[in-house]
Amino acid sequence: MSTEVIRPVETVNYLNAQHSVKSWLLTIDHKRIAILYLVTISVFFLIGGSFAAAIRINLASPEGNFFSAETYNRLFSMHGIVMVFLFLVPSIPTTFGNFLIPIMIGARDVAFPKLNLLSYYIFLTGGLFALFAVVHGGVDTGWTFYAPYSSTYSNSYVLAAAFGVFIAGFSSIITGLNFIVTIHKLRAPGMTWGRLPLFIWAHYATSLIQVLGTPVLAITLLLLAVERIAKVGIFDPNIGGDPILFQHLFWFYSHPAVYIMILPGMGVISELVSCFSKKRVFGYDFVAFSSMAIAVLSFIVWGHHMFITGLSMYAGLAFSLLSFLVAVPSAIKVFNWTATMYKGSISYDTPMLYVFGFIGLFTIGGLTGLYLATLAVDVQTHGTYFVVAHFHYVMVGGMLMAFLGALHFWWPKMTGRLYSDVWSKVAAVLIFAGFNLTFFPQFILGYMGMPRRYHAYPPEFQTLNVLSSAGATVLGIGYVIPIIYLLWSLKHGEPAGKNPWGAAGLEWQIESPPTTHNFDVIPTVTEEAYNYGPAEEVIIG
Amino acid sequence: MFTSFPIANIPLFPPVASAQAPEVDALYFFLNVVTAIMTLSIFAAVIYFAFKYKRRPGVEPVQIHGSTKLELTWSIVPFLIMLVMFGWGAKIFFAEAQPPKNAVEIFVTGKQWMWKFQYGNGGREIDELHVEVGQPVKLTMSSEDVIHSLSIPAFRVKHDVVPGHYDALWFTPTKAGHYHLFCTEYCGAQHAHMGGWVDVLDKPDFEKWEAGSEIQGTLAEKGLTEFEQLGCATCHLMNQQGRGPNLTNLYGKRIYLSNGSTVIADDAYIRESILDPNAKIVASFQPNIMPVFDGQISEEGVNEVIAYIKSLSQSVPPSQEGAHQWQIVLAPPNTLKSGAAVKSTAVVPTASGPPASAARAAPAGTKPGSVTPATTPAPAQKGTQQ
Repeated sequence: MSTEVIRPVETVNYLNAQHSVKSWLLTIDHKRIAILYLVTISVFFLIGGSFAAAIRINLASPEGNFFSAETYNRLFSMHGIVMVFLFLVPSIPTTFGNFLIPIMIGARDVAFPKLNLLSYYIFLTGGLFALFAVVHGGVDTGWTFYAPYSSTYSNSYVLAAAFGVFIAGFSSIITGLNFIVTIHKLRAPGMTWGRLPLFIWAHYATSLIQVLGTPVLAITLLLLAVERIAKVGIFDPNIGGDPILFQHLFWFYSHPAVYIMILPGMGVISELVSCFSKKRVFGYDFVAFSSMAIAVLSFIVWGHHMFITGLSMYAGLAFSLLSFLVAVPSAIKVFNWTATMYKGSISYDTPMLYVFGFIGLFTIGGLTGLYLATLAVDVQTHGTYFVVAHFHYVMVGGMLMAFLGALHFWWPKMTGRLYSDVWSKVAAVLIFAGFNLTFFPQFILGYMGMPRRYHAYPPEFQTLNVLSSAGATVLGIGYVIPIIYLLWSLKHGEPAGKNPWGAAGLEWQIESPPTTHNFDVIPTVTEEAYNYGPAEEVIIG
Repeated sequence: MFTSFPIANIPLFPPVASAQAPEVDALYFFLNVVTAIMTLSIFAAVIYFAFKYKRRPGVEPVQIHGSTKLELTWSIVPFLIMLVMFGWGAKIFFAEAQPPKNAVEIFVTGKQWMWKFQYGNGGREIDELHVEVGQPVKLTMSSEDVIHSLSIPAFRVKHDVVPGHYDALWFTPTKAGHYHLFCTEYCGAQHAHMGGWVDVLDKPDFEKWEAGSEIQGTLAEKGLTEFEQLGCATCHLMNQQGRGPNLTNLYGKRIYLSNGSTVIADDAYIRESILDPNAKIVASFQPNIMPVFDGQISEEGVNEVIAYIKSLSQSVPPSQEGAHQWQIVLAPPNTLKSGAAVKSTAVVPTASGPPASAARAAPAGTKPGSVTPATTPAPAQKGTQQ
């Protein structure tokens, strides 16, 4: 398998096996479905990103009069809804997960290929409902849909947006189920649990959360709809409900959901840091186990979103302690990635630049999460830009860095082409710099007390907001550049060959792009993941 | 000490204007130091490794499996540091959850998109809160519509204001000044404009402000007017003959309910009993006698009536005292003995006279052997004390 012959791209592969539009829209090939998702979520990312751009334009001046208050409220709500439910949640699992999970475990497809296609169309339907809400005047509840504002007071298209999220949730459940069964049942001979790439472990943990958590979101949104349509008192105290109940239900899903968003990114980083250090991942068992620990613990920390809602102070105490506990497995991962670089052979290819970015930004994102777990400090920072900065450090600094790292790492495998080395590095550096300029000032604004979701703000906050808006411009340019050179590479890129990075892993032993059935012969696995050379015994300690 | 960090006149830190603020700030700086050390260590390690182990021809990487010792170290040590954050944060949070006994109570009503403040002396303000340096203040908050959240960054306090609930926060202002007050829970179109100012005044200025504000009767007096206008006095007689429970000395006490359970007669219970009287019926009284006042009385009206009912108690047990210390006054009702003096004092019109007189006069001499009103004034009086 070691022959590095660069074959002409004309060989039959999953991309050129069939050409009709129908062959794409009705495909049950996991790789083609991954491409459908990639195109779809990229469109949603651009839509969500343009809302973000509008938000930053408006906040460049304290009067915030570029948009009306009503428009601004719709902008940040749609930004949150589109980015969270239509980009971040599906991002890595539906694209790279779909593409790579079967190949990495030595299978020809996922366990239920038709269900996989159904999942895509359910997602698309949910997304279109949300877009319908946008086109018809938007929704102004924030992505959290807090009742009773959403159930009784808002005049916007709450139901359409919530219904879109509700539908998209089923896609998430089905995909999770498909992955769990695939990982259990379709592993190639010799691919034991202890030999699985950490990308697979991360997706296994993610899928568990998707299957167990998403139904609660569905229930919550259904109850919201019942109250809004039928005026049955569930959340609105005027008709006998309790608004706090909504928050318990919502965060019971939505806190685990942030781990749905970040865990696959962690899996990507494990793959990348290993490949570009030419080393097995330091502490494989601990990194794998920490993914599972996160999946379990993520379900019992939701109360930290509610410290100041009037939750009993003893409940606050318990949720605070548990929230610190969930930080430990994340810390374990960061330390292990860093240790993986020790005595490695490190190259600075573009995906590795995203690894550097991820480790740095996720560290800041994770540590600032501790501020919010600390009861008295949460009181000051809750509902302010500190929270906005924190979750953007995790979600954009962490997850999006991982997504772009994955895109740059597996692009040659998925398309068979190499992209521009120079431009991809320029973009990576711009994104890193622009990101920090955008979101670091928001930590300072947050502790000063600037509330989130304000279309206008006191003038003394302007300087930091202008810095943030300037950073967003750089960030925006950083996002546009990859679109250009990646599309360009499709036609003009150098053929990539099987394994341009010299990476271990089954996906690098097959053609780029892979054939429709991935493997002519199902491989037999005889070694652990990340076999970059004989391992020594434990030597540090 | 940490008032501001002006760099070219850009404020980078909120004003420090309450007793709690320096405590929260100290913890915040501790978190900043830990974060800085951790972040710089990780950055330094990543950058150092990236240069030191840069890929060179002929240099092979060293494959290392891992190290259980190291794994345990970097799991346990950070967790121990986190336990410090946890304990420290919890300590301040618990103190913030328990207003001191001498706190002045101010009622706050949030609605789209304004904050309404009602002082004990009967004064009212919108989007403007006046408080005195050194005087602990407890805000008792309710919402007329959606969830709001009251935030005063200079005091490091914030609490959601949830419709259907009473929420509270407290602070002791330490520095005179003009500070932002924000709504920090998204509440609709004009959310960004649902804010105002907290004016912290030194004692002389505060007294001047109080003297200058146009006040017609204390909050309790307004409550009495409301009480009479709504016809409450018809049934809630100050003896045992009424169709409703006697409200004298009720506030803060544990009372028996008709279903056998008990409840503390606090703000939330009284509010519920006004808006939805049948929710919890006092033992030996009949349901469906009292009209439902939901929609008939404003949140401010409820606050006034509660202030009046409070003024009928000689001593208001502070909420942080254990429930076991509260007397059981209502029910079994036939065991309750009330003084005949109660009725005569309570029906005396109290619209005139010094602001606090009504609050003091109403319960005077009601219960022999209990603490005298002068030493433990009802909250309604406190706004006018100094």
